Order: sequence, then structure tokens, then C-alpha cells
Amino acid sequence: MMASSYNAKEEDGPHSGTPGLGGAAVTKSKKPDNTAFKQQRLVAWQPILTAGTVLPAFFVIGIFFIPIGIALFVTSNNIKEFEIDYTGVDADSPCYSCAKDFSWNSTTSCTCSVDFKLEQPFESNVFMYYGLSNFYQNHRRYVKSRDDSQLYGDLSALTNPSKECEPYRTSNGLPIAPCGAIANSLFNDTLELYYVDSNGTRKEIPLVKKGIAWWTDKHVKFRNPGGNDNLTVSFEGNSKPVNWRKAVYELDPTDSENNGFINEDFIVWMRTAALPTFRKLYRIIQKKSSNTATLPSGNYVLEITYNYPVLSFDGRKRMILSTISWMGGKNPFLGIAYLTVGSICFFLGVVLLIIHHKYDTRNTSADIPS
Amino acid sequence: MAAEVPRKKKKRKGRENKKTRTVLPNTLSEPNQRYANNQIKTTKYTLLSFLPKNLFEQFHRFANVYFVFIALLNFVPALNAFQPELALAPVLFILSVTAIKDLWEDFRRHRSDTEINHLDCLVYCREHRRYVERFWKEVLVGDFIRLRCNEVVPADVLLLSSSDPDRLCHIETATLDGETNLKQRQVVRSFYDLDCDFDPLKYNSVIECEKPNNDLNRFRGYIIHSNSRRDALYKVNLLLRGCTVRNTEEAVGIVIYAGHETKAMLNNNGPRYKRSKLERQMNLDVFWCVVILLVMCVFAAVGHGLWMFQYRGQRPVFEVLSPDGSDLSPITSSLYLFLTMIIVFQVLIPISLYVSLEIVKVCQVFFIHQDMDLYDEDLDSRLQCRALNITEDLGQMQFIFSDKTGTLTENKMVFRRCTVAGVEYSHDANARRLAMYQEIDSEEEECTSRGGTLPRRDSIGSHHSAPMHHSAPVVLRSHSTKSHRRTGSRAEAKRASILSKHTAFSSPMEKDVTPDPQLLEKVNDCGAQLDFLRLHGRPWSQLPSDLADIMDFFIALTICNTVVVSSPDQPRHKVRLRLELKSPVKTIEDFIKRFTPSRLTSGSNSSSSSSLATNRSSARGCSSILSSPSAESTLTKLEEEQQQSLNHAFSSTPPSYDRKLWQEGAKLRYEAESPDEAALVYAARAYKCSLVGRLPDQVTVELPQLGKLSFELLHTLGFDSTRKRMSVVVRHPLTDEITVYTKGADSVIMDLIRTEDTGKRRKKILFRTQNFLNLYAADGLRTLCIAKKTLNKEEYTYWLQRHLEAETSIQGREELLFESALRLETNLQLLGATGIEDRLQDGVPETIACLRQAGLQIWVLTGDKQETAVNIAYACKLLEPEEEILTLNANSQESCALLLEESLHYIQTKFLSSSSPFFQPPSSSSSSCHSLPFMVHRLGLVIDGRTLAYALDRSLEDTFLAVARSCRSVLCCRSTPLQKSMVVKLVRNKLKVMTLAIGDGANDVSMIQVADVGVGISGQEGMQAVMASDFALPRFRYLQKLLLVHGHWCYSRLANMILYFFYKNAMFVALIFWYQFYCGFSGSAMIDQWYLIFFNLMFSAFPQLVTGTLDKDVSSETLQRLPQLYRSGQNSEGYKPYMFWMNMLDAFYQSLVCFFIPYFAYADSDVDLFTWGTPITTLALLTILLHLGVETKTWTWMNWFSIIFSIFLFFSVALCYSATCPTCSSPSNPYWTMHRLLSEPLFYLLCLITPVVALLPRYFYRACQGALFASPAGLGAELKTGPVFEPHFLSLSELVKKDCKMSSDFSKAPANQDTAPQVKEGTGRTPLVVTPASTPLQVQTAGVQVTLPPAGGSQPVKYSRKSEEAEPWQSDHAAANEKQQLGAQASLPITV
Repeated sequence: MMASSYNAKEEDGPHSGTPGLGGAAVTKSKKPDNTAFKQQRLVAWQPILTAGTVLPAFFVIGIFFIPIGIALFVTSNNIKEFEIDYTGVDADSPCYSCAKDFSWNSTTSCTCSVDFKLEQPFESNVFMYYGLSNFYQNHRRYVKSRDDSQLYGDLSALTNPSKECEPYRTSNGLPIAPCGAIANSLFNDTLELYYVDSNGTRKEIPLVKKGIAWWTDKHVKFRNPGGNDNLTVSFEGNSKPVNWRKAVYELDPTDSENNGFINEDFIVWMRTAALPTFRKLYRIIQKKSSNTATLPSGNYVLEITYNYPVLSFDGRKRMILSTISWMGGKNPFLGIAYLTVGSICFFLGVVLLIIHHKYDTRNTSADIPS
Repeated sequence: MAAEVPRKKKKRKGRENKKTRTVLPNTLSEPNQRYANNQIKTTKYTLLSFLPKNLFEQFHRFANVYFVFIALLNFVPALNAFQPELALAPVLFILSVTAIKDLWEDFRRHRSDTEINHLDCLVYCREHRRYVERFWKEVLVGDFIRLRCNEVVPADVLLLSSSDPDRLCHIETATLDGETNLKQRQVVRSFYDLDCDFDPLKYNSVIECEKPNNDLNRFRGYIIHSNSRRDALYKVNLLLRGCTVRNTEEAVGIVIYAGHETKAMLNNNGPRYKRSKLERQMNLDVFWCVVILLVMCVFAAVGHGLWMFQYRGQRPVFEVLSPDGSDLSPITSSLYLFLTMIIVFQVLIPISLYVSLEIVKVCQVFFIHQDMDLYDEDLDSRLQCRALNITEDLGQMQFIFSDKTGTLTENKMVFRRCTVAGVEYSHDANARRLAMYQEIDSEEEECTSRGGTLPRRDSIGSHHSAPMHHSAPVVLRSHSTKSHRRTGSRAEAKRASILSKHTAFSSPMEKDVTPDPQLLEKVNDCGAQLDFLRLHGRPWSQLPSDLADIMDFFIALTICNTVVVSSPDQPRHKVRLRLELKSPVKTIEDFIKRFTPSRLTSGSNSSSSSSLATNRSSARGCSSILSSPSAESTLTKLEEEQQQSLNHAFSSTPPSYDRKLWQEGAKLRYEAESPDEAALVYAARAYKCSLVGRLPDQVTVELPQLGKLSFELLHTLGFDSTRKRMSVVVRHPLTDEITVYTKGADSVIMDLIRTEDTGKRRKKILFRTQNFLNLYAADGLRTLCIAKKTLNKEEYTYWLQRHLEAETSIQGREELLFESALRLETNLQLLGATGIEDRLQDGVPETIACLRQAGLQIWVLTGDKQETAVNIAYACKLLEPEEEILTLNANSQESCALLLEESLHYIQTKFLSSSSPFFQPPSSSSSSCHSLPFMVHRLGLVIDGRTLAYALDRSLEDTFLAVARSCRSVLCCRSTPLQKSMVVKLVRNKLKVMTLAIGDGANDVSMIQVADVGVGISGQEGMQAVMASDFALPRFRYLQKLLLVHGHWCYSRLANMILYFFYKNAMFVALIFWYQFYCGFSGSAMIDQWYLIFFNLMFSAFPQLVTGTLDKDVSSETLQRLPQLYRSGQNSEGYKPYMFWMNMLDAFYQSLVCFFIPYFAYADSDVDLFTWGTPITTLALLTILLHLGVETKTWTWMNWFSIIFSIFLFFSVALCYSATCPTCSSPSNPYWTMHRLLSEPLFYLLCLITPVVALLPRYFYRACQGALFASPAGLGAELKTGPVFEPHFLSLSELVKKDCKMSSDFSKAPANQDTAPQVKEGTGRTPLVVTPASTPLQVQTAGVQVTLPPAGGSQPVKYSRKSEEAEPWQSDHAAANEKQQLGAQASLPITV
């Protein structure tokens, strides 16, 4: 019974020697091992945070950050961006009438055109975005309301969409494809851009509609059920989303590589925005030649097929033209942030220097009792 | 067999009332099935019950229930924030980690159980009519078991037969209580006469005994024989499971308790669980976290309601209907949202906090356990952590309650001086020899050469090494409990320690006593005279009374104990020296018969025939074990025996002193249960009065000139802490009188001395002995008084009758025996007193000084007498000579109250009148006690047990505390174990302080259990204290490192870790909270749910565990050099409530930074929810890890590794996760997100700036803190790197600034002392005059004596201040003769 009365002890430490049962056990020394680890004497660096020791770090950060800040700021400033709101809130705005009498169910589409003028030419590739404000695409129930399997081309999910899609799962007894609230609320305005040259003639600017989605989304995450040919048959047993005017296989009938679930406008929309004010890439205006600007300065007309209602929730719709740089779109924030932080660090470094010289004298004269 | 039927009835009755257990032998009846069998199962679970039982146990922890509740909430479709299965993951993870740990532990237990259950033992088999080998687990209650030498007892067995001629069985109980000496167990009395082999088939008795209980030192019951005779059973008849049989060829017993009902198993309770102070504080902050969580949830819910309300029924496209298609009103929606938010924000309550804490604590325990400095080489023992979860409490102690004997002192007794019959024998030579040892000791510490400089010790060395070699392989020992630090060089100490594993308490130093020449001469003289008397047939009473006293004194020293004699060659083998056989007095009739013949005069030297042997042998019947001889035969037998013994005493030994025999005697070893006994026996041996053999009924003593004498041992009234004495009743072989020898504490013995009809000489002896006792006590010696008493036949008969009644009763036997002992021990005749030195342990004064510097208040609670305690206190620097000492001795409640009042006024007038209003009247003291440190003066308080009893009364305890806590040291003498625990409890509860109790003996157990942290010294007095303790140390001095270093580290590590945990979770959750403002308070999270849930468990877990285990804010050396640093833990500076809130604020700031920098960087861009959320997660992780970096004081490669590993882990997991499944983990579906992010420069730019901004304030604050207002700990940390300078510089200049209260107190105290006390008005009721009776120079060493005469009514209270140039005992001594002293002092009577 010896051992059981020792159980408690055994558990105390892995090395507390327990006597053997009945037999003559040679008592092993219980002396602990003299290793640096067990004696907690590992080689260690002990940084002591005082003004003196911390000083260099502040200056280094300051010196490092300010140039980055300047570079970022300059880069951001070089990006050209043009933005125009076409919601039609005001009575004098061209899309006022379209915005006013709207319903999701109307079959006729309302069009309006907005004139604008680019003061500066856009040199490189121009990205055309549509922007929505006050649109909570990040709402918890909204974000969840999709079926990734269905979009992946899973046939079972096509006929039996995920529960997450409720209440946009079935319509008239047929499963909706694509199901869910995100797909249901697909942005369906059509934007066309015309250049008005000096003599007043409109020239349509070619907008590239492919390449706007993530490559992985287009080629991996989104797939049409049963391949890209004959989508009509594939989606036969499905109903279109409630708010949609046309079925999913009619999104881009001209290009089978851009139709159905792999329609890039659809894919872009399905990537839910992080913040209530967001933009989504709509088209790309590719640079034609090296000597002419992609979008020369001058007058333009934006033709809008106004389908998407936002006024009910006080939303706004915008069209944005922007060039991009290595750090993305126009956003002076980071540059300013780096500049500010760099300067603050520099300033704090100076403060610490003063503190160090005025008060922190112990390190230099610690051995002289005061 | 006629009694069979009533017995059966009894059995049934026994089952009904459940008060006793009836054991029938398995040879007669069916096995006693209803009692537990011997199979042990210490496992908690079986395969089937594991899951439900373990889960049930785990759900006792509230946090687990909470997290399961939240995980289940997730299954409600309207609320679910995450994938329900995923939300279960962390809870399941935590539960399964704990379950696996439990399972593993259980498996280990199971393995050891199986091993034990399958041990073999010999059990009597009815069919085979012989003993057969069986497994332990097959043993049943009622089985007969044959035990052989060195076997482990498989169950609690009642000893029925032993091969030992004395019917003894020797056992070693080291595994049960750690005591290393052999213990004797006796065969049940009715089987005593059985000579041949015990035959189980002939056994037909029934045993009635008490229900299984865990008291190792108690067993009560009786055995009913077939002739309805009853015999009482005692603990000496019981062999406990786990003991080892030694020195006995064979023993047979019947199993009484088996398996889990054995006393050993009932005593086996696992490690203890306590909640530490830090954890209690932490739980409060967990509560605050819950409040913050609820506030956040309510805020979000209200926000969501408002957000929905603004659309006023025009449902926007992004507002999804509930799954059933119904529209939710803003109110229901916000209600749902509230619950959703609880799920989303659940991380705020740190799920892994408890698990992490446990892991860290186990690691800390491991490191404490591994510390070389806490390992004692001599004892080969190291610190044991028995409680695994209160390591951090070690860093917060404020009060230490220490036992004295064995804790501060070695508990190794060295005989120093004695007084016999009023004459003091100072043993100067012995003192010189001891001093020499010490000198040599210190010399040889330096040079290790072992020359023959000291022939004496060398001879001792060789003397001891010889037996050691013989017996080393035989001995099995796991604990060595002795140390010999002072016995000479280290080598010798080591040898001695190996040796001491064989014999208890017998270092060379203790054994060798250089006799006092004067006393030796008298002893020889006495022997010669006795020899003369014997030759001339004169009675012993003709011996001169002083010589008779000396003789009696040494006889008492030799026999009044429980020392077992063993021969040096075989330490475990008892010396067998039986001169005659005689059974102890069993019954009153027996006695009467024995003593009826009036031939008790020693002169009757009749040469009666030795018919004893034949008589005895005829009485021994193999078959008739209970054949009681007729009264007639007994009578004659006893008569003859009587004469034989007398005859024998004088004739059987050679008349002359045999030198050779003496030499042999000198080699005998004594094994004692308490070290003083051994010291006394060895001392007596120096005077050639040596104990040569001890049997249960007989003690053999060798006396100078007289040779061997055997004393018939009639009764032994063992020592107990209440009586504080032990007695033996013997029949003196020379005078043939019934003599009682009593040995005990002087306070009790002195009260029992017969005073009324004694002569002048006796009174003188009494008086002088008292004086010498005071002297001894003042020298710090332990004093014992030796007294004797001669009983005449009638007295003895009368007493014996009552005593036997007491012995045979089952109910309240202890009490009855106690009373019986009290009846016997009266009207004693004082023989003398001894002074035994109990050495201080090494380093005790230094440790106490160091702990005191660390701000710990040290109270010593001891059972010793006041003078001894005071002097030990001086020796160990608990009291300083320049300190004033308040001594409280009161005889009644009223006088105690008065004394306390006076003391309080005294303190107030002396120390506080001038300085501070800090001190408050005692009535409100309990409420004002929270402020620490309180005023501690240079005052010592000494209080004795009786006064303590009054002071602990409810009405006085506040006053007592008020007095005690303003004293620097408190010494409670003569305190009982209960009082010890009451004092600890009082201080702990009333002052709300952290208490540590340290002790080594069974009397400290209650105190150890009551204190916040109990420390046991695994020393001389067995393992009971260790078993009850949380930490067990080999030595007192290790307390220093345990508290100052490990305590400090554990506390600061855990405090930092807990704060960091709260910070980490709050910071992470706040990110999501800020996001609610941008997602319509919809409960959406931009952080992928996998990251969210595994953030705590995986990505940020390791670094904090490493830091929590290894971080050192100050190095070990500095902590020990500057004990002041310990105060930070006492004041809870590592974890204050404001720190929690500061951390929370910092967490909110950092989360704001981590949220809004990406927010603005990605504002109005085409970023999607999770591509935006992933950088935020990364930034948060980096910030959190770097935050830990800022807080880490010591960077080892483990810290670096853990942080780099965490970052690496995050990225690799994220990359794998976002590369695998394109359709899984909706809604985040992070396919390729991380890869894309890593290809964008923006991501890196964010990673660079955000942590910098987030940590800037903290980093800056730390830098300024280091520069402007450095904490002592910070200074200490610097000390290591900086140049070495005197520690006192720091303590004077820097630390004192921090602790101005303490310093002002210290600086004021001596100043106050110089000013003479003034006449002060008390509360108004009691005007008090304190008269200065000395010059200022003397005042420095003044003591204040507050004494009250015992009489009630109008009592003069006297404060006497007297100079104490000499040793302090003089004042105490003087106090004893207070009349003369007080007369000299000016005093004023006080009317109560």
C-alpha cells in the first residue's frame, strides 16, 4: 500500500523519489539537476526601459517613418480620381425622375445621362468603379445569406440551396439560383461612358468587363453547374432571384465565359464590402497607346440605365474613375499617418532626451551615494 | 459455541446501529462480505463512467458552464454568429485537454493500484488448512494473514501471534508518518500465552471494534472469546497497512480493515486545492469583464434598434428578413442581437485563462521543485510543493507564524546540565567539548583535510562507520530525517546522516556526554554504598537521601521513556535481554494475588526454588489459549515470582562492575520517539546508568557497581500534550515498592510536587531547583523535571481498579485514561531537573532578519515555557536586545483585559502621542486594519498560553490584536495546537492579511491548515506537518528563498500574466465592437470566425505561457540582497484594481488604433469584408505580441522563439486555411485572401505603422517610468547590470522614499526611546505612572514588565522598567521574585 499512500506525493513532482515496494530500494539522490534551464539561469537579455535606453528607438522610428510617409503621400497625390454622384436626390439632377418613381418590379428601364468634365487627362489604365454609400453590405444576416457550394457549381446545392439563403432560397417552389440576399440585391445599373469631343459628337469609350474580379474567384470559387455551355439547361430547374429581371444565365449572353455564376459583375458583387461606403470595380478602360491619354481631358457623358434603388435607405450611387498605383487607389491617409507618427516619435525622442539629461542620472552615477 | 447465537444477534445489531464493526474469522463463517475487500481502487473513473463523470466534474467550474452555454446559444438559428460546430470547438478543446490530463493521471493511479493489488501475501485457507499465497486484493476482512520479516502489511491486521518470544512484532511506519524508528506492536493479550504456532482453526473469538476511521493513533475495540470473556484491544495490537514488519520472523493476524477502509487509505487524501489571493482578485475582475461585456452588448443592441428604427419600415435590400420570412421589429431584433453579441464578444471572458493559469502554475511548481538552493544535501531532501495552485501566494505573505522547536531549532537535543536534589551540576567539561565541536566545525568548513587532530571524534567516526557498512543494504529508507550539520566536518556529517538512517537521534555529539566529575563521583559513591548495603542485607532506605535521590534520578532518566534499545551491529535488531519473564498486571485480581503476601521486605533473601519456569511452561498451552490458571496456582506462582525476582536482582549479575559489559553497553543504540528522551538516556549512560533492554513489561538497567537490574514495568502512562508529562509505574527491584517515575515540563511537575508535609530539605530542594530551572530556561535550554512517587499497596490497588476500568471501556477510553493518569500523578517528590539544549538551525537568525526586512511580521507560537522561548527568540534575533518587551501574564479574564488596555496605552503614549494619529482605538481596529503596513514599533510582545486563552476571547481579541500588531515581534509561549490555529485564524480574518504558518510537528497541523499557506518542515517529528502542508521544506532557512525569490517571481509573473490576459482579450474584442458602428450594430465580425476563436488558443497562447513561467523582473541575487523588494508583493503592487482598468483603457486605445488605421487606409475602396478583416487580425496579433515584448523583463531564447513561432504559426495557418477549401467556412470564405494580401505593399505598410502607434504610449510611459519614478523592483533589476554597491545605500536613499511610512517609523522609534516616558493619563479610568528608573543609557536596553498578581478585586498593576545590563533572563527571574523587585519600583495601585 505504500505506493498508494504516496500517490499524492508522486503527483507533486515528477522526481520525488518513491520507495520501491517492499524491496530494498537504493535511495537515489533527490538533488535537482544543475542545468541552466532548471535553475532558471538561461542566458537572457534584460532590456531595462528607461529614457536612455529607449531614446534611439524613437529616433530610428522617426527617421524611418518620415521618408516613407513622404513617398506614400506623393504617390497618393499622383493618382487621379474623378467621382460623380448620380443618385438623383436633388430635383435638378438628371436622374431625379428615375430615382423617384422606381420599383424593383418595373419592367421598363429608366435611363438618364450625366455630363461631366475631366480637367486633367488620365494617363494609364483607368478603373471605373461604381460606389454605394450607406449600403450595409456587411450586415450580419446579409453577409451570411449565400451558398458558396451553389456558386461553386455544386449540383446538389443548385437544387437544394443552403438554409442560410432563407428567405431567398426558393421562389414559387423552385430553388433560386443564385440564392440568398446578396445575389438578390445585385447591383444592376448599367453605366456607359462617352467622350464628347470639341465638336459635340459622342464617342463611346470601350469598357472592358472582364478582369475585374479576383482571378481565383473567377476560376476557382465560382463555377457554372455542368460547365459553361448551355446554361439554360443547367439552370432549368431553378428560379431567378426575386429582384432580378433576368435569369442568371442571361447575365451576359454574348460571352459564355462571363455568363452564369462566372459573370464578373456578379462575382464582384458577391464579394461583400467591408464598410457601408464602398466602391466596386465595374469596368476597366485600357490604355490604347503610349502617346495618348486613356481619358483625355474634356467633356464626357455618363449614360446610366437606372435600375438600382437606393433612396429608400438614404443611399448614394456614384461613378468613380481612377488610376491606381502600387499602393492601390487614391488614399492620402497612410502617407499622412506615417508622417505624423514619424514626427511624433521624433518629438518624443527629444522629450526623452531632455528627461534623460535632466533626471535620469542614475546610470551614470549609480555608484555614488547621494 | 454456546455464545454463537447472541453473538449473531450482536452482529445484526452492530449492523443496525453502525457504531461498531464485528469481525468474524473466515475460518468459521462465510467471509465478511459486507466489509470492503482489500482491493484498492484509487482511480476516479472507469471506462464507462469517465465521460459523464469527468464532464460533471468539469462543469463545476463556472467558466466552463458559461462557455458551453454560449456555444449552445449558437445553435439557435436566430442568434447564431458563428458556425455552431465551430463555436463549440474551443470549449471542447479546453474540456478535452483537462479530460486528457485527468485520464492520464487516472491511468497512472490505475497502474499503481494494479501493481499493489497484485502483491502477494500469505492467507490462511480453510480448505487447504494452511497458508496459501494470495494477491493483496483477494484478502478479506476476517482472513488470517501470516507476515514474514520485511513484508509490507497488506491490510489493517490485528496481531494475534508473533514468533517473537516477547509476543511483539516490530514495525516500521515510515511510509505512514515518516517516523524512522521501530515501533512495537503487541499480540492481543489473550493470545499472549500461546506458545506454539497459532492455529486459525482454533480461533473462535469475535472482534468488536470501531468503524473505520482515519486516526492512525487510535484503535479501540474488544475481543470476545468463546467463554464470553472480553479483552480490550488497543492501537498497539494493530498492524497498519503499509507498515513493514521488521525484526520479527513471523506474525499472524486477522484482518480488521481492508482496502479502502484501512487507516492508511483513509488518511490518503490527495493534493489540496486552495484559491490564492491573486486568483480571488482576478475573479473580481472577471466579474468586471462580464459587466463590460454586458454593457457592450446592451450598447450594441440599443444601437441596432435605433439603426433599424431609422428605416421606419422601409426595409432596405441589405436588411434580410428572418429565415421564416417574417419581418422583425426593431425591438425583437435588438433583443436577438443582444444575445448574438454575447456570443460574438465571448472572447472577452478569457476562456483559456484558467487553463493557462494552471499550466503556468504547474511549470512554476516544477521550477521551484528543481531549485538547487532549496535542496538540502545532508538530508537529501528538497522542497515539495503539495499544493499546486497557490504559488503566487508565496509572494504576498505578510505574517509568518512559526513553530519554534524543530522549525527554528534543529530539534536535536543535547544534554547540557542537570540539577539533582537541589545541587547543580554544570557539566562544564561537556559544554567545553560541545564548544570545541562547533569550533572544529567552522574550521573544517574551510579546510577539508581530515586529520587526526581530534582523536575523540575520529574514534567516534570509525565507531560509527563500522555498523554502517554492515547494515546499509538491509535498510530501506526513503526519508532521512536527520541532519548533522554541526557535528563536525561535512564528510562526517554525511556519514552521520547515512548512519542516522539507521538509528534515530544519535549523532556522536548527542551521545557523548562528558560527565560532570562531581556528579560522577556521587554516582559511584552511591553505587558503592548500594553495593555495601546489598552485601550487608540492609534495606535501600538506609541510603543517604541525597544519594538516593541521585540514584532515583538516574533510574528515572533511564526508564521513564519509551526508548527502544538496539545493538549497534544491527540497528534494527532489538537487544534481547530478558532476565525473567513476567506478565504485566492484567486484572485487579491478578494484582491482588500477586501482592497479597507480605513478603515484600528486601531483607527476606529466601532462596526459594525456581519453580517459576515450570509453572510458566505449564501455563502455556498450545491448545488452550485461554486456559486461565486457577486462582490458587496464580497465587503461588506470583509469590514465587516475587521472590525470584528479588533474588534475581541481587544475585544474577556479577557483584563487581564488569568493564567489558559496560563496553558492550556503550555500543547499544537507542531509538526514541522524541529526541529529548534519547538525549536523556545517553546522558544517563555517561554516568554508567545505561538502559540495556526494554520489553513491554520490563526494563533492564545497568547500574554502576550493581550490574543489571530489571524493573517490572507495570504501566506506562504515555506523554500527551495536555498533561505535558509521562510516567512509568514500576516495581523497584531494590525496595520492591511500587514507584512512579514522572518526567515532564517543569510548569506541570512543579504544581504536582507534594508540598504539605514535606521536610525543610525538600522545600529547599524545591526552591533551589526552581531557581536552577529559571537559569536553564534563561540559557535557552529545554527543561524537564524528574519526580517520583512511591505508592503503597492500598493506594495502588485503588488506583489500579479505576485504571483497569478505564482501559477496558470502549466509549471515552482516552478521557478515562487521561483522568486515571491525573489521579496517579499527584503528590510527587521532586528529584531534579535537566537542561537540554535544542540548537538553532543554521541560518535562522539571518533568515528572520531577512524576512523582517522584507516586511514580514514574524510571530513565534511555541509550546515551550516562556523563558526558554524568550531566549531562543533572542538567539534567533527575533527579539533584539535594544527592543522593549511587553510581557503579558494574566491569571484571569479581567486582569488580562486590564493588561491589554495598559499595554495599549503604553504603546500609544510612548510611540504615538507625538507623531501620528495613525493608530486608532481598538474598537474600530477591525475596520481600520486594511491599511498595510501598519505601525510596527521596536517592541516585542511575549504572551503565555493562559493569557493567550483570555486574550483570544471574543471580547478581548480586538484589543489583543491592536497591541500585537503594533509590536515588531510576538512570542506566544505555552500555546496549545488549538491556540496556535486560533491565533492564525484571528490574525487572518481580522487583519485581512496573508498568513503563512510553518511548523514541523503534529501540533502545528491545525495552524498549518488554517493559514493561507502552510509550510511543513520535513524534520524530526514525522510527516504529519508535511502531510498537512502546502509546501514542505527541509529547513527553515529555505523559507527565505522560497518567499523572497520564488514567491516574488511567481506573484509578479502571474500578476503580469493575468493583466495581460485581460488586456489581450479586451483588445481583441474591442476591435469587433468598433466595427459594430459600421455594420449597423448587426453583430457582424470582420475577423474570420476561425481566427476569432483560435486566436486565444493558438496564436497568442505560447508567448504568454513562456513569459508567465520564465520572466524574472528582478534577478534572484538581487531579490535576496534586497528583501525590501518583497513588499511589492505584499502590497499587491503587481496587480492592483487600477491596473486592471489601466490595462483595459490601453486595450481600448490599442484596439482603436488597430481598427482605425486599416479603416482609413481602406476607406472607400473596393476591399471586401474579410480581406479587410484579415489585416486587422494580423495587426492585432502583432500588437499583442509586441505588447508582451514590452512587458517582458527577461528575454531568453524561449521568449524569442515563442514570439517568432506564434507569428510564424499565424501566417502559416492563415496561408493554409485560405488555400484549401474554396467553398467552406461560409460566410468568410477566405479563399486566397491571405495570399492576395501578402502580395500587396499596403499590407506591409500597415503592419509597420499600426503596432508602433498602438504601443507608443505604453512604451513611452515605461521609459518615463524607468527614468522618473523608478520602482524598487526596477531599481533592483538595474542593480544587476549596474555596478555593485552596498545594498544599504538603496535601502536608505531610494526605497525609504517609497516607503516613507516605514522609514519614518523606524527612524522615530529610537528617538522616542531616548525620551523618558512621561506621566500620561489613560482612558481616564486608570491613571498610570510609569517611572523611569534608569539613566538614558540603560533605557536603551530596558524591558517593560507588565505583571498582575493573580488575586482579583483591587489589583495593583505595575509597570516596572528596569535596566537589563545582563542577560535578559535575569529580569524574568527577577519577576518570579517580584515582591522584592517591585518594592523597589515606584508604583501606583490601580483600582478596577
